Amino acid sequence: MTALLTFTVLVLVAIAIWQMTKIFELSQTKTERSQIANDSDNKNNGYLLFAFLIFIYGITIFSFAKYYKMLLPEAASEHGGDYDQLMWVSFAIIFFVQTITQALLHYFGYKYRGEKGKKALFFADNDRLEFIWTIIPVIVLAGLILWGLYTWTNIMDINEDDDPLIVELYAQQFNWTARYGGDDNVLGEANVRLIDIANANVLGIDESDPNAEDDIIVKELHLPVGRKVNFKMRSQDVLHSAYMPHFRAQMNCVPGMVTQFSFTPTITTEEMRLNPDVVDKVKRTNAIRAQKGDDPWEFDYILLCNKICGKSHYNMQMKIIVETEEEFNAWLAEQQTFKASVMVDETETETEEQTASTEEVADVESEETASEE
Amino acid sequence: MSEVAHVSHDDHHDDHGHHHKETFITKYIFSQDHKMISKQYLITGLIMGFIGIAMSLLFRMQLAWPGESFGIFEAVLGKWAPDGVMDADIYLALVTIHGTLMVFFVLTQGLSGTFSNLLIPLQIGARDMASGFMNMISYWMFFISSVIMIISLFVEAGPAAAGWTIYPPLSALPMAQPGSGMGMTLWLVSMAIFIASSLLGSLNYIVTVINLRTKGMSMTRLPLTIWAFFVTAIIGVISFPVLLSAALLLIMDRSFGTSFFLSDIFIQGEVLHYQGGSPVLYEHLFWFLGHPEVYIVLIPALGITSEVMSTNARKPIFGYRAMVASILAIAFLSTIVWGHHMFVSGMNPFLGSVFTFTTLLIAIPSAVKAFNYITTLWKGNLQLNPAMLFSIGLVSTFITGGLTGIILGDSTLDINVHDTYFVVAHFHLVMGISALYGMFAGIYHWFPKMFHGRMMNKNLGYVHFWITAVCAYGVFFPMHFVGMAGVPRRYYENTAFPMFDELTNVQVLMTVFAIIAGLAQLIFVYNFISSIFYGKKGPVNPWGSNTLEWTTPREHIHGNWPGEIPHVYRWAYDYSKTYENGEYIIAGQDFVPQNVPLQENEEELNH
Repeated sequence: MTALLTFTVLVLVAIAIWQMTKIFELSQTKTERSQIANDSDNKNNGYLLFAFLIFIYGITIFSFAKYYKMLLPEAASEHGGDYDQLMWVSFAIIFFVQTITQALLHYFGYKYRGEKGKKALFFADNDRLEFIWTIIPVIVLAGLILWGLYTWTNIMDINEDDDPLIVELYAQQFNWTARYGGDDNVLGEANVRLIDIANANVLGIDESDPNAEDDIIVKELHLPVGRKVNFKMRSQDVLHSAYMPHFRAQMNCVPGMVTQFSFTPTITTEEMRLNPDVVDKVKRTNAIRAQKGDDPWEFDYILLCNKICGKSHYNMQMKIIVETEEEFNAWLAEQQTFKASVMVDETETETEEQTASTEEVADVESEETASEE
Repeated sequence: MSEVAHVSHDDHHDDHGHHHKETFITKYIFSQDHKMISKQYLITGLIMGFIGIAMSLLFRMQLAWPGESFGIFEAVLGKWAPDGVMDADIYLALVTIHGTLMVFFVLTQGLSGTFSNLLIPLQIGARDMASGFMNMISYWMFFISSVIMIISLFVEAGPAAAGWTIYPPLSALPMAQPGSGMGMTLWLVSMAIFIASSLLGSLNYIVTVINLRTKGMSMTRLPLTIWAFFVTAIIGVISFPVLLSAALLLIMDRSFGTSFFLSDIFIQGEVLHYQGGSPVLYEHLFWFLGHPEVYIVLIPALGITSEVMSTNARKPIFGYRAMVASILAIAFLSTIVWGHHMFVSGMNPFLGSVFTFTTLLIAIPSAVKAFNYITTLWKGNLQLNPAMLFSIGLVSTFITGGLTGIILGDSTLDINVHDTYFVVAHFHLVMGISALYGMFAGIYHWFPKMFHGRMMNKNLGYVHFWITAVCAYGVFFPMHFVGMAGVPRRYYENTAFPMFDELTNVQVLMTVFAIIAGLAQLIFVYNFISSIFYGKKGPVNPWGSNTLEWTTPREHIHGNWPGEIPHVYRWAYDYSKTYENGEYIIAGQDFVPQNVPLQENEEELNH
């Protein structure tokens, strides 16, 4: 493969040099020619401008035909539907404007290509025209702004109505941890100054806070379908960004402050795996993976880091599982509470492994810990 | 008016002042002549551009063929590519330095430094810049900052690698990333000097435009190039000092233990002492410059396009006053939209609403500009010189890239495409490619003015344009789809996520286009260098242009005009102007230079 690529590049370089010398020779033989465009230059480049318009349309159609199916599947959150709708309308407007303006630009370039003796029209101003193309964007943008702001205000209105599930997303180089409030659904106080790795208190939770006792710390994010989730994000070292593309959700994790985002998952992982678009995508992907000799893939929601955070930024992820309320509760009941894992000195627990892996990350910048489990 | 009188008084003084002997050093190195300084800017900028583009090809290869071994990686990157496989740290460093070089060194000083210096005195009718000495200092500070930036590539732990936005804490803590050690220190020092250089340059441009216009050159008769450079310089003066404060505070956090941007950090097994700072504050300071910066890059390109397009269409620019108004509106709005880079930074969502509002307003003057360009072509007699093609190309990419700004400027829609390849595609088209096209248009158009009447080869210019135009869309159009599939930017490879597996093919396509585009720039380099020495001399006013720079002789002289400075009697856009009977104002010539007085029976239609 490498050899082939190197070869291809070399061939391309060779072709480029050959072409350059050829062009140079051609230009040398006609030294009398002026370097100012003449009628035949205008004609050739006028036609090329027209061809370029076709190229722009062509690459648009090509990209849609070939890549549209690779885009994210339907939104798996309540606000995601509104998001997708606004996106769709914005794109419709954009493509309408793009198609027309590019056509005018390149067609005029072709149509009015210069000829000797042709007279251009002295046309310096027209208030009415300018008014039209000022007022139309004003109206269209006013609509988009109002709609966008309405949706934005709704999405960012993070409140405690409807009994939301409280989840902390904790970011560090280069992995994620999630913490649930437990039975009381209230997170215990935490600060990086309270981190005690020897004692397995990796999130710096205040051991004297009674709310912390039933907190549950996990490396895989489980969410019940249909229940609002309020995320509280923290980071212990550098900026990270919690990006959950399938839910149209993203918020930066900032050391020194708690940031928030909220959404309601609407489609379970199981249901999403049956979505025809997802089924096709998995099929295509597994064909590619089989070719490369990788393990087959099963669709899962994923949380990615989307703010440059260092060497292993590209592999800082956590699996998200959306399940029914019963499944979620059953899973949560199996997890150990903070009190059981830290406050009481217990050995051979799951958290012990996490501690080990956290230390490893801190010490040797391991790249793999993030994606494990 | 007293300035004008003062200037013309000076003229006589200068007329006798240019027979002193110039040495090699005062003529070519420590020159105070704006024409030489503009060439120095251009060549430094082109060298930095060469490095920046070469870096992008390296990381594009890594993206298309992740983890593959390439001989070229080993040759260029050395220990950063053991066995020819690119290291993840150096990938981030390449991305960071590519961004820094292209945005600041090529498209800010390379573009605006070159053409502001060349054109401001020549087009407003001045002997030189207001302060030739300050101008020289400005260039040499730029040179020093370039050298420091290049030196930073060779330090032991690697160059800065926190992204060109260098958000702390990543950029502040050497233990977070090797590039945040000496590499980042040099980056900050280099940028601090760069900012000083840019400020000296900008102040000079502003003073020159305000004070040294020749008689008759009212502000409303200025060519749009000058308006663009003037406004660009103003927003540079307003916003660059804020970046300097951000850089200084970051230097203090890094070296003196202050906590402006840092708080509550636990890294590598220990808690650091920082308390009470906020990285969000840094983001505000950075983008207070960072956003105007994209217009500092773009507005000169738009100015050049206005001039080149009107000249080559043989038509006045459509809606001169609207063009000036929209430059002013864009410049004003550009200083109050920075928060759209921070919708999901954790800042108050209400602020997000305000910034959405101001951001989408920018679309209005931008739309006016685009439509005015298109109308300028309508019923023209288009002379499709390479510079004209690059100008048309600019309008095309400006529209394509600008439209996706409507998505990103909308706080709601930004949530899911923020920091993905969608953003990369957007800003490369709207400011990267567009500004580069503007720069190329300027180089092809004013090459004869810079290099004593020699012209660049037009056929090589055509080949250069068409390959570049096709490849630019080939790289950046499919990239929108990669972003909408959710692929984050600044990922060393996308193989850790099976959901991105099928997008590798798109990456390969983009990289192939990028490599071809990169090679096509060699045609330009060849054309540029060979034309300096062997280019064919054209007429004094090769493009039949109205502006004053073409009234100077081919050979550069100190003071620009051998005799008196020409007076100006009309605006710069009297192309194809006719009497009522349809005859050209000057018989047989479809343009009326600015220094030609109004003719009998001629109606002054504009200004």
